[in-house]
Amino acid sequence: MGIILRDIHKRYGMVHANKGITIEIAEGSIHGILGENGAGKSTLMKILAGYVRKTSGTIFINNKPVEYREPSEATRLGIGMLYQDPLDFPPLSTLENFMMGRCSGLFAKEAMHRRQLQELADAFNFQLDPNRPVRDLTVGERQQLELLRLLALGVEVLILDEPTTGITSRQRHLLFEALRKLADQKKSILFVSHKLEDVELLCDKVTVLREGRVSGEMDRPYETGTLLQWMFGVPPAPPPCPEGRKGKISLALENVSAPGGRAGLRECTARIHEGEVVGLAGLAGSGQDVFLRVAAGLNKPREGSIHIGGHDMVGRDYHAFKAKGVTFLPTARLEEGLIPGLTITEHLALQHGQGIQVLWNEAVREATERIGRFRIVGRPSSTPESLSGGNQQRLLLALIPENPTILLLENPTRGLDMESVRWVWQQLISYAVKGTSIIFSSAELDEIVQVADRVLVFFNGVVVKDVRACDTNLSDLGQAIAGKV
Amino acid sequence: MEWVAGKKENMKRTLLEIGVILGGVFAITTLILVVAGAPPMQAFYHLIAGSIGSWLKVAQVLMGWIPLCLCACGLVYSFRIGLWNIGVEGQVVAGAVAATFVLRLGVEAGSPGVMLVLAFFGGLLGGSLWAIIAGFLKIKGGVNEIFGGLGMNFVAQGITLWLIFGPWKRPGVASMSGTELFPTNLWLPSIASLRLSPTGLGLTIAVLLVTAWVLSRTRLGLALKGIGNNPRAAYLHGLKPNRYIIIAMGLAGGCAGLAGTFQVTGVYHRLIPAISSNYGYLALLVVMLANYRIGIAPAIAFFFVCLNVGGIQLPMMLQLDSSLSGIIQGICVLTALLVYSWRRKRTITEE
Repeated sequence: MGIILRDIHKRYGMVHANKGITIEIAEGSIHGILGENGAGKSTLMKILAGYVRKTSGTIFINNKPVEYREPSEATRLGIGMLYQDPLDFPPLSTLENFMMGRCSGLFAKEAMHRRQLQELADAFNFQLDPNRPVRDLTVGERQQLELLRLLALGVEVLILDEPTTGITSRQRHLLFEALRKLADQKKSILFVSHKLEDVELLCDKVTVLREGRVSGEMDRPYETGTLLQWMFGVPPAPPPCPEGRKGKISLALENVSAPGGRAGLRECTARIHEGEVVGLAGLAGSGQDVFLRVAAGLNKPREGSIHIGGHDMVGRDYHAFKAKGVTFLPTARLEEGLIPGLTITEHLALQHGQGIQVLWNEAVREATERIGRFRIVGRPSSTPESLSGGNQQRLLLALIPENPTILLLENPTRGLDMESVRWVWQQLISYAVKGTSIIFSSAELDEIVQVADRVLVFFNGVVVKDVRACDTNLSDLGQAIAGKV
Repeated sequence: MEWVAGKKENMKRTLLEIGVILGGVFAITTLILVVAGAPPMQAFYHLIAGSIGSWLKVAQVLMGWIPLCLCACGLVYSFRIGLWNIGVEGQVVAGAVAATFVLRLGVEAGSPGVMLVLAFFGGLLGGSLWAIIAGFLKIKGGVNEIFGGLGMNFVAQGITLWLIFGPWKRPGVASMSGTELFPTNLWLPSIASLRLSPTGLGLTIAVLLVTAWVLSRTRLGLALKGIGNNPRAAYLHGLKPNRYIIIAMGLAGGCAGLAGTFQVTGVYHRLIPAISSNYGYLALLVVMLANYRIGIAPAIAFFFVCLNVGGIQLPMMLQLDSSLSGIIQGICVLTALLVYSWRRKRTITEE
């Protein structure tokens, strides 16, 4: 089945995620979709899978325009998607998950499905125990199961969103074998990834997206330099290398391993100095998030040591870290950072002060002052859920205690417009100038290269690159992120 | 002056909502009465006359209002931190048992006034302890407070029955009518002509005021609210949710324990199997209807006890079952929940 996407647009409120994308996918081909975080890949694929509704544009199947509004309709047309996080039912068994959505009539016909599952699994050398609950399976096994389920549903066009994240190399090998076999059977595969290596190895053709547009298309054989340039744009001139204004070591991690996220953190050693701004780069879930949470005392390391200002912090909780001047600002602002239902005044009153009573008058005065200083569009009585994303971020910054020694920021500018991004960094850099160490993760390589003094690149839970920002460039970082050091 | 207009708008909205709730309750109840073949207006008349028709009746209502209000105060603490303290019923019972224990010692000792005060402290501690067990089950064992509390309710009830039929049984014969009456000097003093206890009334008003002050003016109240709304963020802001869960449960149980003590010292003057009179469960409804705020809870509690007391008249006057009051209370809560969710939806769409 051939697919043509023509002039696809998608707007989420102010955000224009897809700006007129046209792609042609030939029958029986493995078509790679490459791009960095936020390039619009996932949105486009979810539109094709019927999971997200497009704002405008047309989808053609075998040269006929089609309209559908639900994933189930897309499946009926033969389009199925394997999501980054498998959409399965963890407490149910493998077989029950396989049967889900496919049983018609009164009886479940378990034996028939069991046979079908076995046959399909054998065809691709997948080893799946039909009786095991899905929650005990690895990400790779869940992916295999979902793949078989989609095939059994009669899918002709298969979309895979970042399928090689979090799976073992053997599972990756099996997956690629299976995909090649499917392409031979005239099925069309859309393979979405950040990882150049995977795309180069597997795909017949690749389309690169950047900032919601197609920035280039290439057939085999690939030219890595050009692909990287399409992915990250023309690199801006690197900032001049500042004189090493290094203070004392504020944070030291020694051989730290910790669970969490997809990859966890493995044997990480890093020393961060006072006044240093360190950017953490990597695909989402490659270990940056765990690094920040370990440094904040929110995740307990399995092994290794953490020192803050020379104090051993192993086994202490976040509140002990906080007492040493560590502040952690999470990316999930309303879920973790702020308290919905509490006013700005109440947030400030929670921050500090002793005694039994809350001094409300003082708190209101302080809230008014912070609202002015941090240019929050809101009143002391506003609750965070009534603020825009940018103003929520400003409120989080307004809640940073005086003179922090270490600021840990998870994607501090995610979802903010250019003006807010600039303003946020102005504030943060003013802390760094006063000697605060700033460690932040970001999906935007440009941002990291522009504001950080130093970059740590994470791949699969390991720091694969630790360089001064002025000694590197976007394409080097891009390669490191994709696992090519 | 935008916010003044906002406040006025809010007032109007609240009044409108109360109107809708009362109207709905009135309409549905009338319908039920008509279907049951009873004259609705007469039923409503007897409900009102039977509850606030005379000073004696009002006093009777107030004697029920006291424990119900105390339980409601306790529940506001636990709801504020986001816990469904179903165990309040067992906490009332635990308080009653603890108070009975103290008073039994007082039968032998002199100075009954001191023993009464000690009984209230005992009840406070007993209820607290019972609630704190449920709190520890939650934070250490991961047992949902609803299940933990429900389990503890059964345990408390079991212990009460065992005490009444075992160690604390009446000399001669144990019976469902409870333990032996305490001597009158261990009764909470009351105004004889009205059978109303001014001490109980004063205590309840004091607890109400303290609760309102704690929740709105103190750091503790703010912490409970913060954790209740988002425990993860509250932790990042430096609060320890588990510690506050224990504190909130302790306060909730303490208030319930006071209610239990009042039932023993002021109403029954002994321990009976149904010592809680279900005021714990009823208080859950009161607080839900008050939208988890302390401000209007006393008024709603008063209304609910009026229904209970007035309902007693119905079988005598109209051959209706007195469970009608329970039905009206249930309809109240359901209508209110509907109105509240309607408001939430409306505010979401407005945004």
